[in-house]
Amino acid sequence: MSTPSRLDERDKDKISSSGIDLSNQNRSATFFQQDSHLKFYQSFTDEVEIMSTEDALRQYPQAKDYFGKNFRLLNRDFPQDTEGGYFIRVKKNTVVELPIQACLFLKAQGFKQKVHNLIIVEEGARVYLITGCSSSYSANEGFHLGISEFFVKRAGYLNFTMIHSWKEDVSVRPISIAHIEDSATFVSNYVCLNPVKDITMYPTAVLSGDGSRASFNSLILSHPGSLHDVGSRVILKAKSTQTEIIARAVSLGGKVIARGHIKAENPDVKGHLECRGLILSEKGQIHAIPEMETDFRDVDLSHEAAIGKISRDEIDYLCSRGFSQQEAQSIIIRGFMDINILGLPELLKQQMEQIEDSMLKKGF
Amino acid sequence: MLTVENLSVAVGEKEIIKGIDLQIKSSEVVVLFGPNGSGKTTLLKTIMGFPGYNITSGRIIFNHQLLNGLSIEERVRLGIGIMHQHPPKIRGVKLKQFADYLCKDKEKIERLSQELSLQEHLNRDVNLDFSGGEIKRSELFQVILQDPMLLLMDEPESGVDLENIAVMGRVLNEFLKKKDKSAFIITHTGYILDYVKATRGCVLLDGKFWCVGDPKEMFKVIRTSGYDKCKECVCPHHQD
Repeated sequence: MSTPSRLDERDKDKISSSGIDLSNQNRSATFFQQDSHLKFYQSFTDEVEIMSTEDALRQYPQAKDYFGKNFRLLNRDFPQDTEGGYFIRVKKNTVVELPIQACLFLKAQGFKQKVHNLIIVEEGARVYLITGCSSSYSANEGFHLGISEFFVKRAGYLNFTMIHSWKEDVSVRPISIAHIEDSATFVSNYVCLNPVKDITMYPTAVLSGDGSRASFNSLILSHPGSLHDVGSRVILKAKSTQTEIIARAVSLGGKVIARGHIKAENPDVKGHLECRGLILSEKGQIHAIPEMETDFRDVDLSHEAAIGKISRDEIDYLCSRGFSQQEAQSIIIRGFMDINILGLPELLKQQMEQIEDSMLKKGF
Repeated sequence: MLTVENLSVAVGEKEIIKGIDLQIKSSEVVVLFGPNGSGKTTLLKTIMGFPGYNITSGRIIFNHQLLNGLSIEERVRLGIGIMHQHPPKIRGVKLKQFADYLCKDKEKIERLSQELSLQEHLNRDVNLDFSGGEIKRSELFQVILQDPMLLLMDEPESGVDLENIAVMGRVLNEFLKKKDKSAFIITHTGYILDYVKATRGCVLLDGKFWCVGDPKEMFKVIRTSGYDKCKECVCPHHQD
């Protein structure tokens, strides 16, 4: 079975706008799921195992141990009625040059897609993963629930980029927990530039290994009628752990609640939260809620938040270099939604730039 | 090239420029002196068309085209460029992106960035964490790539060390040597006069031109006697 060739052009464009390369070129492994039934997966390298979560639970006894493990760690329940999702395991001490991609596509009218993903990066392995979640033009009133459990083992590196490309009437609930071991790094990027009805998510990373790091970066463009209630939580459990949470939100009329929570459970830790927001419409709303929590005196936690409109001076400055008002506004927003904060390799960076360009060129 | 007729300009309720006339001919470099708050920047920004500078009377004509009411970018298209005194930071936008937009000649970008020691800055966000001197060099870099007919400069040398003034002066001089290039330059220090062949100087006091004359001579008088003396008209070209 190959990647669905029956997709029509509009759906292909929509899927591409979530960072998925349907040609599978420049990818080390690929996973595709439409609604709950149609699934395709293939790895193009020995270093990466990829399959549906159901197949993994059938084939690997150890997959069962991972399933729900991060929730148990935090004494949290999780929805059990999931169907599908992907299982990815990156082998020990391997550096996977090309990114892995996983596509979760919502096609049927009114469908409720509920998936549970397991991502295991073994000791010393290094990998980039793109998850593109998107919906067809025909998926009216769709719903997507995505559970993801990340396990980044000792000295591992995972750069996880989730790109959402929904539509006005789709509701989305991602739930994810990452468990990071000694000296491992977890980078979690979230990009949402298309309209959505509402999205609520509060992914959590638990830094339980000494010297581990996590960073959460998000770029959100909120269209009129959209509600983004998004945040990231990092629990700094072990010593010498570090985190940075950076959010950039632009409201074109939608509402963005940008949360962030850093909890220091060890005195020798460092954390920084940053939220910048731009409001471009009278109706737009941005609410930044940064939280920092600790029982220790010497921790190094900080935050900064700034919300405002585009500065007149910046527009005039660009106009004095010959840009039109509209171009100036796009350039400023484009610069504000800075892709460089995502820490992506050149290939993905270029792809992200194209996605952002095509979105911003539509104008507002 | 540029004709300003009986121009009065208000910022908010306050009248800053009070009925001035000015002509800048093709290939002419005019220097504007004046104490802080005399209206120099207001005059430049009004010519460039920045919002907030309201023309209450008079006209500005550039190459037979009335500028009153035109947007900034329309004036840029007609051939006017400005070097800002305090440009804003543009986060996430690299100087290189500006350069590529302003000029299609890659070689020229390369050469000019080298001359102005800005090669490393090309990959940095515009004006973000630039020093005072770097901002000035980057402004000159941008406006020369823009290749205007009339160059408006607001204190190009303030905050720049002498070595860099020399570099900027050479680059500017090279640009002004080209056919039909004119400039209108605000200067406090007068250093730029050592590099640019200015044809005329004007002193702006309280929103009016007080003197028009030889720029070096005028600057000498201002430096020794200050603008108060200027009011008493020690220069030979007092304009009434």
